[in-house]
Amino acid sequence: MTGKAQAQTVLRLSHITKHFGALTANDDVSFELKRGEVIALLGENGAGKTTLMNILFGQYTADAGEVEVFGQTLPPGNPRAALDAGVGMVHQHFTLAGNLTVWENIVLGTQALGALRLDAKAAKAKIAALSKRFHLAVDPESKVGRLSVGERQRVEILKALYREARILILDEPTAVLTPQESDALFATLREAVGQGLSVVFISHKLHEVMAISDRTVVLRHGKLVAERATSETSREELAALMVDGEVSAPKIEAMPPGPALMRLAGVSTKGEGRAPGLHAVDLTLHAGQITGLAGVSGNGQKALSDLISGLANPVSGRFEIAGEPVTDWSPRRALARKIGRIPEDRHHTGTIADFDLTENAVLETYARDFARHGWMDWKGARAQAEGLIGTYDVRCPGPDTRIRLLSGGNMQKLILGRVLETAPRIILANQPVRGLDIGAVNYVHGRLAEAREKGAAVLLISEDLDEIMKLSDVIHVISEGRLSPGFARGTMRADELGQWMAGEGFAQPTEAAHAS
Amino acid sequence: MRLEPIADPSLARRLLPPVLAIAGSFLVASLLALIAGGNPLAVFGAIIKGAVGSKFALLETLNRATPLIFTGLAVAVAFRAKLWNIGAEAQLYAGAVVTAVLGTGVLQWPAALLLPTIAILSMLAGALLLLGPALLKTRLGVDEVVTTLLLNFIFLLFVSYLLEGPLKDPMGMGWPKSPRLIEEARLPRIVEGLRLHWGFVLALIAAVALWIINTRTTLGFEMRAVGQNAEAARFAGMPVTGVILKTALLSGGLAALAGFSEVSGLKGSLTLDISPGYGYTGIVVAMLALLHPLGVVAAALFVAAIFVGANAMSRALDVPTYLADIMLASALLMMVLAILLTKFRVVRD
Repeated sequence: MTGKAQAQTVLRLSHITKHFGALTANDDVSFELKRGEVIALLGENGAGKTTLMNILFGQYTADAGEVEVFGQTLPPGNPRAALDAGVGMVHQHFTLAGNLTVWENIVLGTQALGALRLDAKAAKAKIAALSKRFHLAVDPESKVGRLSVGERQRVEILKALYREARILILDEPTAVLTPQESDALFATLREAVGQGLSVVFISHKLHEVMAISDRTVVLRHGKLVAERATSETSREELAALMVDGEVSAPKIEAMPPGPALMRLAGVSTKGEGRAPGLHAVDLTLHAGQITGLAGVSGNGQKALSDLISGLANPVSGRFEIAGEPVTDWSPRRALARKIGRIPEDRHHTGTIADFDLTENAVLETYARDFARHGWMDWKGARAQAEGLIGTYDVRCPGPDTRIRLLSGGNMQKLILGRVLETAPRIILANQPVRGLDIGAVNYVHGRLAEAREKGAAVLLISEDLDEIMKLSDVIHVISEGRLSPGFARGTMRADELGQWMAGEGFAQPTEAAHAS
Repeated sequence: MRLEPIADPSLARRLLPPVLAIAGSFLVASLLALIAGGNPLAVFGAIIKGAVGSKFALLETLNRATPLIFTGLAVAVAFRAKLWNIGAEAQLYAGAVVTAVLGTGVLQWPAALLLPTIAILSMLAGALLLLGPALLKTRLGVDEVVTTLLLNFIFLLFVSYLLEGPLKDPMGMGWPKSPRLIEEARLPRIVEGLRLHWGFVLALIAAVALWIINTRTTLGFEMRAVGQNAEAARFAGMPVTGVILKTALLSGGLAALAGFSEVSGLKGSLTLDISPGYGYTGIVVAMLALLHPLGVVAAALFVAAIFVGANAMSRALDVPTYLADIMLASALLMMVLAILLTKFRVVRD
């Protein structure tokens, strides 16, 4: 820590303001980054972190304020200038060409236009050296399309380093990583700052911020609300700063599991494109239990969710609900068997954007509850919507509002209400809190916990291990379509689950897994 | 300058496109009238006079609007469910063929029984003609734009064969036309002595019925849901395939009523020129109406007035009637542009 106070300022953001229509994404934000320092940019989803970094990187133009890198003011709206000034950005969604090799991806765009020949040998040597120096193990000759998500992220970082970046910006880099991969990333970042680079690390996960950063800058509703030396603050203080108010997460009291409501035995399903299907999955959902499904994104969560929601049929194995085998499976049958479904994509699967709240509220139940001889009972439907709005605290102008105008949290509350109002026996909650602010997160979690107490069997699918560990009575890990055994609450540490997430511990992969 | 999406356009903004499109088409027509040597004001004056300036003109406009209401409704109901039915022309002829076959004495029933029977069987023929492309779409993912469009040509050639062969009127002096319908198979005139027939009333009833289906029934709810977001509709347990097929039957049936109404109400026999492209013009009508059934009536009246008025104008001023086609074509193009613009606002950086 010594000497940091005198260290050179490499990046200065002054009074950055940015509006999108009526929304103020950034409101007079200023901070500085020193040489050899890691700043964590902490804030909820929608607090304006990514917008701020996109302005710094020249992808957006700020309405007011300026960006200074190594003492030079950057021309606004020019990513090339940011690159040339030594800023490297690793986006949440990678920007790599899957059909090119690692080294080709890295040198792409660094050659002068019109250069006839690529000095491949020199490029590869440079990549090899960087890769060794920063512990970024990756084979430069393999095609990017075949790499795991963690490896692709390393390629993105190498790409920035290859371009002589002195300032690295990482946007939610751990969202797609297992805990082990996150640790490896942190080791790389420590190495980088040790060699004089500076890092801006965007996150909403407190433990990561505490682990990696020297200073923490907290954004809330676009405003910079606090700046703290990380060693002088605590998780509690940061959490409070981030959300402005009490944080009350639901308590899950131990209770004995009820009868099995759904049972999968050796169930396999077809994959879809790159997404794997299920391979001989055994899973039992008990009444009064939350079963958590942990796993890195894209490992068969969609296949399991599609199966339970009625969108997909098993290819083999036994699928029973309340002891009866399931045949002729469809979303309508799933609803008839009292399965409530909270889909992963609330904008495109869960709701119809241009329909109003009334229409969305009865989307699943209109035929049974709000129609007679083919005629809609709009009065009843509207009353239902008004009931949901009141009971589930949906903030909106009224039931005639088109649902696209609602925030994600309010949209999710309506979906949640739609599901819970039918008193489901089984609840599928696929990423129920992704993208929500912490108030809405606690609300949704509280309602799920309540449903559990009333005896529903809940399957919670999430990529956020903290969420899974906090809520679940039993945790399964999914990897390449295979399911781990169930681990009771408190019997596994995060790093142990992480090993399963990375695919360790499973029996030899099946023939089918290799063939696909 | 760039476009920024508008989250919640106001009602006025949503009703703007047809107004802009019609104004734009008048502008284009003015330029062309000038080039053709006419005074735009005189041209429009003559069009209006020719369309609604006399009882005869007005009735002619209503007659012309009748098939356009049917085809406009057919297109509107299909497009709303994102079923791109470009084949209203063929479906119209399917209804016309059934009418021509059953109306010439095969069934010797009283009119009160015969007319509804012919109307229903006509609808069935049109519905079945669209069912094929709809099944190909839902089963195999074949693009219905291509299949319905191409079916138009196939079906017209089939009608041509019928009129040269089995359906040819032996008393027709060699012309490719079907025998005249018997009196019981003719839709009567609303008022004796005036050319307007009950087909126009039937069209109005169809428009109101479709409006009620759209807003009050589960099928209407399902058709809108499937059109807006088929994925969400499927997830919610709606029978998406069934809804698309029902939409196809409804759309094909409505278009076939245009053929029934033209043969039974207006012409009295089937010829190859009973429709100067009403099936295609129905697309313009439906778009100008923003796919709303009652809007279809207004749009069909407008389009019919332009056509009828342009004929009269051409006789009076010697400006070609093609002006009407150009006005409609430009109205459609501007409609598409105007719909886009109401969803966005232009922002100056």
